[in-house]
Amino acid sequence: MPGGQERALRRRITSVQSTKKITRAMELIAATRVVKAMQRANAARPYAAKMTTVIQDLAAGGAGIDHPLLRTVEKPAATAYVVLTSDRGLAGPYNSAVIRATEREVMASQVEGKKYRLILIGKKANDYFKFRNYEIEASFEGMTDSPVYEDARKVAALVRTMFTDGSVDEVVLTYQEFISMGTQRVVIRRFLPLESMQTVAEQSEADAMAKALYEFEPSAEGVLASLLPRYVESRLFSALLDASASEHANRQRAMKAATDNAEELITKLSRALNRARQDAITTEIMEIVSGAEALGDGSEDGIDDEPDVARELVAAGVGVPADAQPSGSAASTPGGAAGAAPAGGAQAGSNPGPFGQGSHAPLPGDAQPKGFPIKGNADSMLYHRPDSRSYGVTGAEVWFDTAESAEAAGFKLANTHPKN
Amino acid sequence: MPMQVELVSPERVVYEGEAELIIARTVTGEIGFQEGHIPFVGSLVPSVVRMALTGGGVQHIAVHSGFIEASGSHVTILSDIAELAEDIDVERARAALDKAIEARKADDQDTAAMAAEARAQARLRAGGDQPA
Repeated sequence: MPGGQERALRRRITSVQSTKKITRAMELIAATRVVKAMQRANAARPYAAKMTTVIQDLAAGGAGIDHPLLRTVEKPAATAYVVLTSDRGLAGPYNSAVIRATEREVMASQVEGKKYRLILIGKKANDYFKFRNYEIEASFEGMTDSPVYEDARKVAALVRTMFTDGSVDEVVLTYQEFISMGTQRVVIRRFLPLESMQTVAEQSEADAMAKALYEFEPSAEGVLASLLPRYVESRLFSALLDASASEHANRQRAMKAATDNAEELITKLSRALNRARQDAITTEIMEIVSGAEALGDGSEDGIDDEPDVARELVAAGVGVPADAQPSGSAASTPGGAAGAAPAGGAQAGSNPGPFGQGSHAPLPGDAQPKGFPIKGNADSMLYHRPDSRSYGVTGAEVWFDTAESAEAAGFKLANTHPKN
Repeated sequence: MPMQVELVSPERVVYEGEAELIIARTVTGEIGFQEGHIPFVGSLVPSVVRMALTGGGVQHIAVHSGFIEASGSHVTILSDIAELAEDIDVERARAALDKAIEARKADDQDTAAMAAEARAQARLRAGGDQPA
């Protein structure tokens, strides 16, 4: 059992360790990607800023407000949601936060009786809404990891068409805005219709006012017509870049947490493993000690300690008292079979043991004298019945016919007998 | 007096520098800018923007539509795709041009192919290679 537990723990530690390696690698990768994504987002900023400047110029130049992309409807009947999520998971709450926010919005607009159209970017959003049987207008994959302008153009073209042909009255963008490495937040932003030109222009009114009137080629309206679609693309592109930076930041955080958890788990498991191993060692030692103890009873004199001396003692015990005792035993027990078995009595008479009545000197080869089943250990003064655990290994210096005879000779019952 | 020129694509600022004269092609024709030009915004067609640099020399840039904005001593070119002459892969541009011409032959109304052809030609011209 303890060995099994140890093995199981070891296996778990190995698996946690390899998981940790993966999460650590992902953390490092995400850390470099988030920096890159931030750089790209920063690099893309001048374009968007210049776009805004040009729009301000156009507003100042009195360009018309009559552009399809500026069409505002009092009560929108249908809303398109552009949802930016990632293709891959393991990014903490990044995807679920965006998806949940979108779903709430969609449900709310349904309650108001509006229709929804879903334009899903990233596999995660697609999986989620498809599984729940939402109607999906379009879904894109493979553009969130490191978006290129071409991606933004594709999505923007679709959104623009839907908006200008009147199938939706507004377009909403949901994604995670990148605020800093530590902070990202879900934003739900109206994407189309664009804020009216004045609103854009007012963002830096003083600037626009100070500027001289522009000359436009081909015309203010003409420039606006080709500029607004690009403005839509540019805004979508910056949202994509923002979402990508957020994704990598989220993934880095999630993977860092996972790595830390793995470390903690490994520490905990290692501790359990050490304890289990220590337990196993202790148990083993206990087993050895008790085994040795058990052996010790039978072998203290005969086998382990001083076999030769013991043999000599045995030999002496046989030799010396054998001469002296016959008369004694015959004298003290004239019948020779006062309390002994008939066979024992007969033998006691012919070969009386070293310990008086009911005992028998050992025979060559440690054979059991007939009628004397009890082994006596003269060194420890213990005797063993045949049911003793150490009976087989005990060398008998003397044999007794019964336990009573052994007790009478001053022997005690060895503790290797089963307890009743 | 030099003008500050910025060439900005959606992904990054491609070029920043000073130039004496900038010549671009808008939908109505070629136009040149020098210091003190009237504030101007124009739509560009796929073409080559030429700049006479302050330190001497000429810089060619292929732009695939976009805008040019000039005010005072500042010129900003916004373009979906803008490539400096030295960054252009002439071989690839020529292959693209051949492909576009083939497509045009098959379908005279193929607007995508027409656009591709214009882009490839702009690239090749900026890259210092006269298209066949």
